[in-house]
Amino acid sequence: MVAATESRDPGLVFRWLDSIGRSSVELLEELGRFFYVLTQAFLWTLRRPFDFAEWLRQMVRVGYDSMPVVLLTAMFTGMVMALQTYRGFERFHAEGYVGSVVALSLTRELAPVLTGLIVAGRVGSAIAAELGTMRVTEQIDALYAMAVEPVQYLVVPRVGASILMLPILTLVADGVGVLGGWFVSVGLFHANPVQYWHSTFQYLEVNDLTSGLIKAAFFGMILAGTGCAKGFYTTGGAEGVGRSTTAAVVMASLSILLSDFFLTKILF
Amino acid sequence: MPQGSPIISIIGLTKAFGGKAVLRGIDLEIFPGESLVVLGGSGAGKSVFLKHLIGLLHPDEGHVVVDGVDITVAEPTVAIGLRKRFGMSFQEGALFDSMSVFENIAFPLRRHSGLDERGIAGQVRRCLSLVRLEGIEDRFPAELSGGMRRRVGFARAIALEPEILLFDEPTTGLDPINTAAIANVINHMRHEMKVTAVTITHDMGLAFRIADRLAMIKDGVIIAQGDPEAFRNDPDPYVQAFLKGEVPAGEEVVT
Repeated sequence: MVAATESRDPGLVFRWLDSIGRSSVELLEELGRFFYVLTQAFLWTLRRPFDFAEWLRQMVRVGYDSMPVVLLTAMFTGMVMALQTYRGFERFHAEGYVGSVVALSLTRELAPVLTGLIVAGRVGSAIAAELGTMRVTEQIDALYAMAVEPVQYLVVPRVGASILMLPILTLVADGVGVLGGWFVSVGLFHANPVQYWHSTFQYLEVNDLTSGLIKAAFFGMILAGTGCAKGFYTTGGAEGVGRSTTAAVVMASLSILLSDFFLTKILF
Repeated sequence: MPQGSPIISIIGLTKAFGGKAVLRGIDLEIFPGESLVVLGGSGAGKSVFLKHLIGLLHPDEGHVVVDGVDITVAEPTVAIGLRKRFGMSFQEGALFDSMSVFENIAFPLRRHSGLDERGIAGQVRRCLSLVRLEGIEDRFPAELSGGMRRRVGFARAIALEPEILLFDEPTTGLDPINTAAIANVINHMRHEMKVTAVTITHDMGLAFRIADRLAMIKDGVIIAQGDPEAFRNDPDPYVQAFLKGEVPAGEEVVT
């Protein structure tokens, strides 16, 4: 056994350790940039000037422009939730609880997470591409040279708008999702419309709604912060912009899904 | 030789990227009203040097003192105030491509000048006429030629009537006629606005057209400086090779 170990190429182990070390350092750098950009954004939010027009523009972009795709997703998620739970609950004659299950799953989990993922794909990527392009064409340097703080002008409104708009999108998704569930239950399975409605709100508590909205705000911060950090630190021309854009979506989506568990644990 | 006290003093400027030294202790003084051209080969650290003057990069060691204030250690609010006294033109113009030419030049005015819409429109027109571009306010950067983009970049840089103008390779990629036009525009702006200008370039045609004084960066240090006449006669073999466009004797030139 000893002989076998010795005969093994020592370079392989080193390369392996080396690559683990490198990836760990890269991950830490990535996290560092993300938190650095976020803290900078927070600090610059408190300073004047407050760029109302830019906030509004970003809020329209994150909120209003994302509305159709969020509505569609929420509608079909509510519908499929009703479909699935109905088929399951039928087996032990608990069809009466479909409304409760749909409402609870949507408000607590599905609406915030799916909205977060969709907006990460739509807006997080766009932010990374936009800021990345501005970085590689020196437009961010130009802002700085014009005595305009790039973090304040670019990052603050984007992160702020996302934090504000994600809960609103989620709230709409909650409503539309529940409506979708109602359509399927009443239209497809001929549930009693009044009873379904009653069952929807029977076990729903304020905390179910607020915990979902708090999660949504947090996801908004993650997706915009990731997009901004990725875009801000883009290097390597057009190819670099592409890399940043892809990485922003992947990282934001993963972070949303991972942090979702811990947030749910904290917010019960 | 220039008179009076310098407006910018660069003292022992050192900068390395990823362990590779780019600037190795640059000492240089820039005097009010002069046009200084900093020459150097590709990768000599010219751009890195210029970016330190306005605080876009922070030195590992050394200081940049602008009008008595060390910008390498200045508070953010002080640094922002100082930056308003600079105008910088970037290599490819760095115009905001989501904005029209008008909005690009109006951008710094809207942020800092306190002018009303009419005042802004007047200043934008004035800046455009200083760079000899008129009637292109409504166009977008993508619709302009390279030379025009640079000049719109100049117009934006002078919008706030800065005291110091920085030009990062203003003629790279331009033909000789456009290069001459850029040189004329720079001289015209200097004459009209009485600014201090710092230009980095490797374009000898531009350099001798606009320079009151020249300096040469090589391997991260200043190896020669002086007025055009003195610079031309500098004994340094690298300077002579650069002036004549030859490969320096006994040197391996890595491109």
